Amino acid sequence: MTQATQPIKRRAIALVSGGLDSMLAVKVMQEQGIEVEGVNFFTGFCVEGHTHAIRKKDKDKEKRNNSLWVAEQLGIKLHIIDISEEYKDVVLNPRHGYGANLNPCLDCKIFMVNQATLMINKAREFAGDRGFDFIVTGEVIGQRPKSQRKETMPIISQESGADDRLLRPLCARNLPPTLPEREGWVNRDELHDFSGRNRKPQMALAKKFGLDDFAQPAGGCCFLTDESYSNKLSDLWKARNERRYELDDIMLLKVGRHLRPKPHYKLIISREEGENRFLEGYRYMFSSITTVSCPGPLALVDGSFESDEELQQAAAIVARYSKGRVLDEVTLEIRQPDGVARQVTVRPAQPDDVLPAWNVG
Amino acid sequence: MTDVIHDLDTRRLLCPMPVIKTQNKVRTLSTGDCLKVVCTDPGALNDIPAWCRINGHEVLETGEQGNECFVVLRVGEDNGALF
Ligand code: SF4
Repeated sequence: MTQATQPIKRRAIALVSGGLDSMLAVKVMQEQGIEVEGVNFFTGFCVEGHTHAIRKKDKDKEKRNNSLWVAEQLGIKLHIIDISEEYKDVVLNPRHGYGANLNPCLDCKIFMVNQATLMINKAREFAGDRGFDFIVTGEVIGQRPKSQRKETMPIISQESGADDRLLRPLCARNLPPTLPEREGWVNRDELHDFSGRNRKPQMALAKKFGLDDFAQPAGGCCFLTDESYSNKLSDLWKARNERRYELDDIMLLKVGRHLRPKPHYKLIISREEGENRFLEGYRYMFSSITTVSCPGPLALVDGSFESDEELQQAAAIVARYSKGRVLDEVTLEIRQPDGVARQVTVRPAQPDDVLPAWNVG
Repeated sequence: MTDVIHDLDTRRLLCPMPVIKTQNKVRTLSTGDCLKVVCTDPGALNDIPAWCRINGHEVLETGEQGNECFVVLRVGEDNGALF
């Protein structure tokens, strides 16, 4: 066969989350001879990565970024895009509302597919043949109550601007044919018709492809589907009297015990060594409390004390979570972000002193 | 002749930020250039080499010094500048 008669190799960009579904979607495309590159979006709420870096209990598990690992298994390139800044608007003002918690899944999907659309448009402009013909996701109809319903699929296609260049190989046969199918770049008959929450078809397909090591996020791909996390985020907005956040804020919500004894201050208390190390890195931004007379946690103070009594109270609470909790007195150091520190000696708070209502999350 | 080694400081950043910063820096470099990335998230010692393997860059050296880790890489054929 001469060069001229060889069919053009079609190229797709796939949204790779690091979970099984997007992995399967890419595999299905590769089986049909499509050349795939992956894109992974960093929103700041992603579950993986930093949580492993923070929590010591995860230390035995190999620390890996699932999307990179998946890309390597699939033999595809991966572009990781930091969308954390633009993503704020998705979280703060989702046009289609939230799911069970603060997860704006439908807007999130639209946003990500739109980003991918902009990428393929840009690639087509600058790279010609090396550009991309369509977008692939691992979405399955009915899998997620909010974003992955039959009615929402066309909404994602339209509002993202991807239109019929968006192909979902795992459920395409339940949907109208898309451009890649109509053009014969992919064979519709070899695509799938998965629907619902039953994961058996995915497991069977994984087996067929010989995939046996993959991440299976239960609720969703990010912390926003987590009830406790969403409560902490709501609490943050309430305390600040405005709905906004910085990247550091949402990172800190992933770590430690969060107690709010007063509306104007919250304590973030480390629960183990890994969290301790993580919070250590924020002492230049927040006042912090550590125990001096015995081993204990590190606590950050988000907000400020209105009186010396409040400071003493906060110290007593931190002492409660130290090794000195049963002692009559514990000495602690309160350090300001600029390094100025003072010591106080307090009686550790008793179990009843720490009100359940203070627990954020 | 010693190669010029470009530097990238990703200290205090957590996964996947060191990888993203590395990727974005590599986009500004040319094939054959060397880059030394310094980080404090030990996960980056897995992630940056994995990212290099996937995208065709060569890892020349990795190591740890106290609380810090580093990766030295050589930019491959495609610096990924399209995105
Ligand atoms: S779970 Fe999070 S990342 Fe996944 S679609 Fe919903 S909001 Fe987006």
